Amino acid sequence: MNRRDSLKALGLAAAGGALLLDGCGHQTKAGKETAKLADKLPGVQDWEHARNGKLAGEKFFTDHELTAIGVLADIIIPADGVSGSATDAGVPAFIEFMVKDIPAYQTPMRGGLKWLDVQCQRRYGKAFADCGESQQLELVNEIAYPAKAKPEMGQGVAFFNLMRNLTASGFFTSEMGVKDIGYVGNRPGVWDGVPQDVLEAHGFKDAWG
Amino acid sequence: MISYQIKENPEVYDAVVVGSGAGGGMAGYVLANAGLKVLMLEAGPFFDPAKDTLQLRWPWESPRRGAGTVRPFGDFDAAYGGWELDGEPYTRAAGTEFEWFRARMLGGRTNHWGRISLRMGPDDFKPTDGITDSWPIMYDEVKPYYDRVDRMIGIYGTVEGIHNEPDGIFLKPPKPRLNELYIRRGAQKAGVPVIAGRGSVLTEALPGVEGRGTCFYCGQCGRACRVYGDFSSSSCLVIPAMKTGNLTVIDNAMVREVLTNDEGLATGVSYVSTTDLQEHTVRGKLVILGASACESARLLLNSRSAAHPGGLGNSSGLVGRYLHDSTGASAGGFLPQLLDRKRYNEDGVGSVHIYSPWWGDNSKLNFPRGYHIEYGGGMHMPSYGFMDWVPHVNHLVPTKDGAQREQGGYGVSLKEDYRRFYGASVGMAGRGTALARYDNYCEIDPSRVDKYGIPVLRFHYKWADEEVEQARHMQETFREILHEMGAVVASSMPGPETKYGLEAPGKIIHEGGTTRMGDDPKKSVLNKWSQAHDCRNLFVVDAGPFVQQGDKNLTWTILALSMRTADYILEQRNKLNI
Repeated sequence: MNRRDSLKALGLAAAGGALLLDGCGHQTKAGKETAKLADKLPGVQDWEHARNGKLAGEKFFTDHELTAIGVLADIIIPADGVSGSATDAGVPAFIEFMVKDIPAYQTPMRGGLKWLDVQCQRRYGKAFADCGESQQLELVNEIAYPAKAKPEMGQGVAFFNLMRNLTASGFFTSEMGVKDIGYVGNRPGVWDGVPQDVLEAHGFKDAWG
Repeated sequence: MISYQIKENPEVYDAVVVGSGAGGGMAGYVLANAGLKVLMLEAGPFFDPAKDTLQLRWPWESPRRGAGTVRPFGDFDAAYGGWELDGEPYTRAAGTEFEWFRARMLGGRTNHWGRISLRMGPDDFKPTDGITDSWPIMYDEVKPYYDRVDRMIGIYGTVEGIHNEPDGIFLKPPKPRLNELYIRRGAQKAGVPVIAGRGSVLTEALPGVEGRGTCFYCGQCGRACRVYGDFSSSSCLVIPAMKTGNLTVIDNAMVREVLTNDEGLATGVSYVSTTDLQEHTVRGKLVILGASACESARLLLNSRSAAHPGGLGNSSGLVGRYLHDSTGASAGGFLPQLLDRKRYNEDGVGSVHIYSPWWGDNSKLNFPRGYHIEYGGGMHMPSYGFMDWVPHVNHLVPTKDGAQREQGGYGVSLKEDYRRFYGASVGMAGRGTALARYDNYCEIDPSRVDKYGIPVLRFHYKWADEEVEQARHMQETFREILHEMGAVVASSMPGPETKYGLEAPGKIIHEGGTTRMGDDPKKSVLNKWSQAHDCRNLFVVDAGPFVQQGDKNLTWTILALSMRTADYILEQRNKLNI
């Protein structure tokens, strides 16, 4: 079987292989993601699918907590000229799933959000999510830079590290985020080594260096 | 309602094969093609990569975005299993460690392995340093089988003429990715050779082989390949063997013991169906174990009878002994030269594009044997946690405008940092020879059973100075290579308190040695054909027969030895010896 047969086996050749090679991916419409998760993909075992469904049906965070997660997620990854924000990419729902999937995150996340609220209550007399943007950023500035944070903010730094990682994971693995980061693989193609212009830009004389 | 009566299959098969991975798959393939009626039992479900793969899925198609919560290598990895299986425990003796990875599915662990296909060399079969026992067979006796495996299954690589890294019959290798060109340059400056990878992926059509597509470069071999473009036991061996009409597969069949008669010969096996817990027996003229080194040892030790009071094939007391995995340690960093790099598809193949075969001179080193290095990095498909490292290192290099970042951060500038660092990481991992030692072993735990009532394994495994010193050498070498290629390394080198980052035994998933072969029945379990000294119609075709593996990932040798054993079985049947 040659490469053309491979593409046939993938069901691509009939639909016009070349077109698909250049343009496939990133075509699913918003909303389809959620629908897809409800369907069991081939190769997923029944118990795995059942576990996913069970976790998705449970609720861990309170609405108050989810609001704060949304505010924080958009502070970490806001919309810019390239793509939308963390909440545009569905990050809070992803984090809600992950803390059920990895229960070890539950206490650090719940406790971290509470820590944040207590800090804000003391300083501004309000919960984090109810504070103004400048107040929120004032506090975030004290926990977002591990190397310069004050020692007494250590718990906040640890929480923000976790929140930042979960936000980046959720955003850059979403359809929007994959497009933003510029990943252009996951499609049938031919690998013939580093493109010539890139080789030259990096000072390599040929594909084997 | 479960019937407590044992269901007896009336058919007597020419051979019963336990396990459908590389070893069991190859034995089943050769025997079925020779016309024998073969029954294969697999503890997990049937799996066909053509239908059951998660290839070409996007990260958002997993609710955990590919995190390793359910499957250790992530949601899209093909292996049904892991180091912990629900209801199938194992134990460890106090003060020792072992991690036992099992894949319960047709094809076993060949569904997700790295496809790195290395031959063991002359010095691996017959060591020149006298530190471990010699195999009863030499490289030259195995070479014809390696050649046949190359032609039958396909492997890419380059002819290099390195004495203990024998060349094969190679398809064209994939060209290096950009980070790999930097690695190669840096490694060469550090005195470490880098050659094209050797992987069982069809980079071109394999002459004479029907029904398999060539690679279309998605880099996802570990998800199982829909077009059979790489080696999995299911796609290349078991499913083709079923098409002969001579191989029957029963899946979800967990084998309990090998049955023997009064003379001590194997008569078949008993198994429990994992879906309805019904007990069964099947009969065979031969029993071939390919359940994995530790699972086959467990099965033998659990098969006690008057003729085999210490477990089947265990008159030497060596079943379970000489257990050894590979050593493993890793390091990584990022390449400032790759910041803000141009985007293009560099998925390549799912096996290695380059690697470093062992180059060291042991007379100048404080440990025996060696390791090879596998390399990684680049613009991979996004998945859970793949950007976590960026906020740790974003202060280590100036921004595009020459400004200095604070470590961490948030907002538009952090979003820009994620883009800037994407694809700039490099990693390397050593895989080396761990010595096969009598004192590293598995045995039956006297007090524990799994959910099927089968007594479980208890492991005794400790690393020794040889492995720890090797890991230290790996780390020092990795630092040198990273330095020479201009990489930034944010983490400090692991020290003696972590055994220099040496992974726990079992973590590299290369375990073997538990039913070692040899000429002396007092010092080995199997003869040089992988036939039990104590039971002439019993064979073991996984990594159990390995006397001592080299630093060469063991699948290609399992395939070659299993093929050799199957040939021997056919020859002995013709002579009416078995």
